[in-house]
Amino acid sequence: MTTEADPRTAQPPAPEAESACAVRTVGLTRRFGDQLAVDGLDMVVPRGSVYGFLGPNGSGKTTTIRMLLGLLHPNDGQIELLGRSMPGQLADVLPLVGALIEGPAFQPYLSGQANLRRLDRSDATADPATSAERIEAALARVGLTAAAGKKFRNYSLGMKQRLGIAAALLRPRELLVLDEPTNGLDPQGTREVRHLIRDLAEDGITILVSSHLLAEIEQIASHVGIMSGGRLLRQGRLAEVLADGTAQIRITTPDLAAAAGLLTELELLEVSVQADTSSVTARLGALAPEDIAAALVGAGVRLRGLGVERPHLEELFVSITGEGFDVLR
Amino acid sequence: MSSAELMVHAGVTRYRGAFWRLYKEELTLILRRRRNQALLLVLAIVPLFIGVAVKLSSPRGGDGPQFIGQVTGNGLFLVFTALTVALPLFLPLVIGVVSGDSIAGEAGIGTLRYLLTLPVTRTRSLVSKTLAVASFTMIAVLTVSLVGLITGGVLFGLHSVTLLSGDTVSLGNGLVRTALVALYVAIALFGLAAAGVLVSTLTENAIAAMAATVGVAVLSALLDAVPQLSGIHPILLTDHWLGFGELLRSTVSAPDLLRWSGLHLGYAAIFLSLAYARFSTKDVTS
Repeated sequence: MTTEADPRTAQPPAPEAESACAVRTVGLTRRFGDQLAVDGLDMVVPRGSVYGFLGPNGSGKTTTIRMLLGLLHPNDGQIELLGRSMPGQLADVLPLVGALIEGPAFQPYLSGQANLRRLDRSDATADPATSAERIEAALARVGLTAAAGKKFRNYSLGMKQRLGIAAALLRPRELLVLDEPTNGLDPQGTREVRHLIRDLAEDGITILVSSHLLAEIEQIASHVGIMSGGRLLRQGRLAEVLADGTAQIRITTPDLAAAAGLLTELELLEVSVQADTSSVTARLGALAPEDIAAALVGAGVRLRGLGVERPHLEELFVSITGEGFDVLR
Repeated sequence: MSSAELMVHAGVTRYRGAFWRLYKEELTLILRRRRNQALLLVLAIVPLFIGVAVKLSSPRGGDGPQFIGQVTGNGLFLVFTALTVALPLFLPLVIGVVSGDSIAGEAGIGTLRYLLTLPVTRTRSLVSKTLAVASFTMIAVLTVSLVGLITGGVLFGLHSVTLLSGDTVSLGNGLVRTALVALYVAIALFGLAAAGVLVSTLTENAIAAMAATVGVAVLSALLDAVPQLSGIHPILLTDHWLGFGELLRSTVSAPDLLRWSGLHLGYAAIFLSLAYARFSTKDVTS
């Protein structure tokens, strides 16, 4: 959010309002009855980022996505998509946004290709002259060419998911909103979607992707936002968010007792000896790992290995959103 | 960009004929659906069945639907007989299914969210779907009329027409009157179709929307059959549906027909306004 061009000073036809944010919400709030589904959300998705949108079931992710796309009306707050306000400028923004929302949905008795044709023809901003080639290209990109003529109702879950992604890729986009894009895909499909997202991101497309597969997100996301109970609890660059988690040092050595004793002396917390792996771990506090290494060597502890382990997104996610399996509300 | 480019606004190009393409997609969606094709088939069977039945039975006066006595003399009357038979049940059923399905059907299977995020704005979506339903209504009425005309022509021949008032007009005149009858019936049914579109914006359950729409027609017909309620009869949705008989008199009462058509279109306007108010602000959660 460094530069903020004022769209009103621009000459018509208004050029892209060069906001640095692909998505920005301020105080976005939505109630269902007396339940706050989304509570004062301040979301920032920088342009060009792959934003992993995380949260347990019922945390408000889908409600947020539906508000971003103008399907639900917020009770309060503002939404800016690609520098334009929503839902006021919906007709100008959404052509630049491809979306997969809560799973694919198509006419069951039409083929995959006919479904894409229907969508493309219904879109006032899609060039009818290039429709056929764009449909073909989108089907090829998700590996559905062979099943293009098959009725949607006969598609497998993974094929349906692929068709949903193809629909989002029917036209050049600036922002893709992908809600659970790998849901129902086999390992190959999951891999392909991961590569696809990387390719698209390299083309400069901003991608907002929600998923429960945290390992997946960790591999592709540059930024994350973590929701729980309708609130955005953490947001920022993946590396920075992960750095919030407590790192631990792991020392592999035959001199377990000596190492453990020294770490305790250095006032490290949670020192624990794991004899089976010949290692000692402790929470990494203010001390730098290289200083610990020097101290260990100085005390004559024979080192086989020394490493710092950051928590994975999954551990961090659970520590932020809680252990419970039951949905909160 | 192509020559079809209409205007560039904020980096987005809109192409010529976009609304026409949208409307065609909506109508195609209705017409390609097997269920709707089956419904049209049922409508086509009505005049066929009546025509064959009349042909096989010995002439007999008195009972039966309006105009059935004239069918043997002139096949053209099969059109009017078939419309009279189809209007209380078959046509409202078909119109109720298609109009009730229009928005609720897409909401139910989730395609509505993808249509609206293309984006098709809510206004364009509602207008295109309403026009597609109106077109289908016309197609349904034409199905009964044309199959009636052909069946009647083949079985009984088409001749100059003896009107209800006793005068005789040429076959050409009779055909023009028949076309106007079909138009009148379509306008009358459009009032119901608009009710169906309204109901369709209120629920995600297409079956419920269809049933409710047919229910509107049934309820109106029931109220129309209670003599104690004669005060409200003239403003009931279905009261003037059979008023097309006016077109078969030597002096057509144009004011009556216009007033009734106005009533049907007035109902449509009310229902569609409510549908717009609802749909333009609706939360799409499906």
